[in-house]
Amino acid sequence: MESYRKNQRVFWVLAGPGSFWLLFFFLVPLGMVWILSFGEKAVIDGKISITETEITWTLANYVRALADPVYLVIMWKSIWISALATMLCLIIAYPVAFVISFASPRWRPWLLLAVILPFWINLLIRTYALIAVFRIRGYVNFTLEWIYDTLWLDGLFGPFEPLELLYNDFAVVVGLVYVFMPFMVLPLYASIERLDRSMLEASLDLGASQVATFLRVTVPLTMPGIVSGLILVFIPCLGSFLTADLLGGTNATMIGNVIERQFKAANDWPFGAALSFLLMYVTFGALALRALLSRDAEARI
Amino acid sequence: MRVLRRWVDPLDYAGRIWMRAFFGVVFILLYAPVVLMMAFSFNDSKRNIVWRGFTTKYYEKAWNNDGLIEAFINSLTIAAINTIVATILGAMVALLLWRFRFPFKSAYEGFMALPIVIPEICMGVAMLAFFSRIGWPTGLPWPLNLSAITIAHIAFSFPFVAIVVRARMAGFNRELEEASRDLGASEWQTFRHVIFPYMRPGLVGGALLAFTLSLDDFVITFFTSGPETVTFPVKVYSMVRFSVTPEVNAASTVLVVITLIVAALMLRVQRPGQGGSP
Repeated sequence: MESYRKNQRVFWVLAGPGSFWLLFFFLVPLGMVWILSFGEKAVIDGKISITETEITWTLANYVRALADPVYLVIMWKSIWISALATMLCLIIAYPVAFVISFASPRWRPWLLLAVILPFWINLLIRTYALIAVFRIRGYVNFTLEWIYDTLWLDGLFGPFEPLELLYNDFAVVVGLVYVFMPFMVLPLYASIERLDRSMLEASLDLGASQVATFLRVTVPLTMPGIVSGLILVFIPCLGSFLTADLLGGTNATMIGNVIERQFKAANDWPFGAALSFLLMYVTFGALALRALLSRDAEARI
Repeated sequence: MRVLRRWVDPLDYAGRIWMRAFFGVVFILLYAPVVLMMAFSFNDSKRNIVWRGFTTKYYEKAWNNDGLIEAFINSLTIAAINTIVATILGAMVALLLWRFRFPFKSAYEGFMALPIVIPEICMGVAMLAFFSRIGWPTGLPWPLNLSAITIAHIAFSFPFVAIVVRARMAGFNRELEEASRDLGASEWQTFRHVIFPYMRPGLVGGALLAFTLSLDDFVITFFTSGPETVTFPVKVYSMVRFSVTPEVNAASTVLVVITLIVAALMLRVQRPGQGGSP
């Protein structure tokens, strides 16, 4: 690697366009939202304007977001729905990553591909496909009805009542797990694959059961992957907008939906700006935690 | 009695039947919704759930839906321009980070990773605020009316290209570059004949990634698009809000197939030890 001083012309030619683009079409817009979050709706001729905002450096938007019970409830709900989806992802993805890591080298890349390929398919289409599965006349209810009728239960309990699977918290959690699973499998696979097999052999030879080996050797050794996966899934879950919007209906609003509403229907940009910056601070906090924990884990090994 | 038990390698976890079964179930659940959607786009029934025979009439219907086709052309146009610009910008940043030492380099790398890590919705609202505040012209003739969306797409996709290209460059033997210079090649000749041929698979991989990222994006486009600049995902979103129709299934199937083709191309290009070394 050479110092930038040695060849300044090439350095600036390479650095210029990308830095310019990110500065003007990314950092400046974010800065505008940040400033906007300290504003309020302008008052023109004694009336609150719909379109104009004034930057008064007020903290009212943040106070409202953190003190108003309506928004506190939504934020709390976003956090627990994301946390639940993240835990479910971990429980499902761990055995999956385990099978891939211990498969024969010929099979491994194909199994890995099979798990991450859905990630390439449009998020909207995958979410939309879930609607057809869960709606009243969807595949799940259709199958249940078929089982119900074949078992002659309709003679005993009356006709089949389809389950209301859509437009509730359950649908949102399932949707998030379905959509963000690949984010969990990849870091888990990376850490299980690097696992020193002789450690497991040693544990088993010394008389530990498979369960004890798993809990006391495998899990601690793959902890960096687990932490990475938890954070990589939690962040997009918390910031998600589409899943709750399409599968959650009005009952299962998450913070992303509130932000969208402030910028579109409710037209309260300063408040929406404050909410999106709160979401960003949480995201950065989670990323910092991940960096800290992974440095910790590396120091220990 | 131990003799009668089949000997199982205690570390052969992938060979255990219940582990395989679990993997199989997850695999099926992961694919079933999309596969069912694709299959039922050929179903000759509006009710969509019982198989009533094969038909392509919903593809014809989607083809004759002007709004849908217009949105599709918009999406492809944006994706094409985005691919070109994002690949060039991403490759330049990758070369910069690969070649030079400079002050605050790790901070610069963090800055480049920002569009990847921040929540999509935050970037979406930032783009909405930016383009409306600076008074970006609207109502321009096609394709200029797509400029705002294209600018936003380039901003979030070129950092991904930079990562892919940089990963490729990590395997480059720097001595080749030095040798080229020692033999009197200029900066440009060295790039053109030594670095570029090695970089090419990374460039193609990055370009394909930029293409699919742009084609797939919904959230950021949703905030940047206006009534006249509807992209395919935004159009599908507005159709889905009403109901699940076979027509949407058909249109979505086309998009899934395009994505899978691009993914397959990318796998071919990035297969290690192929087509790269000069």
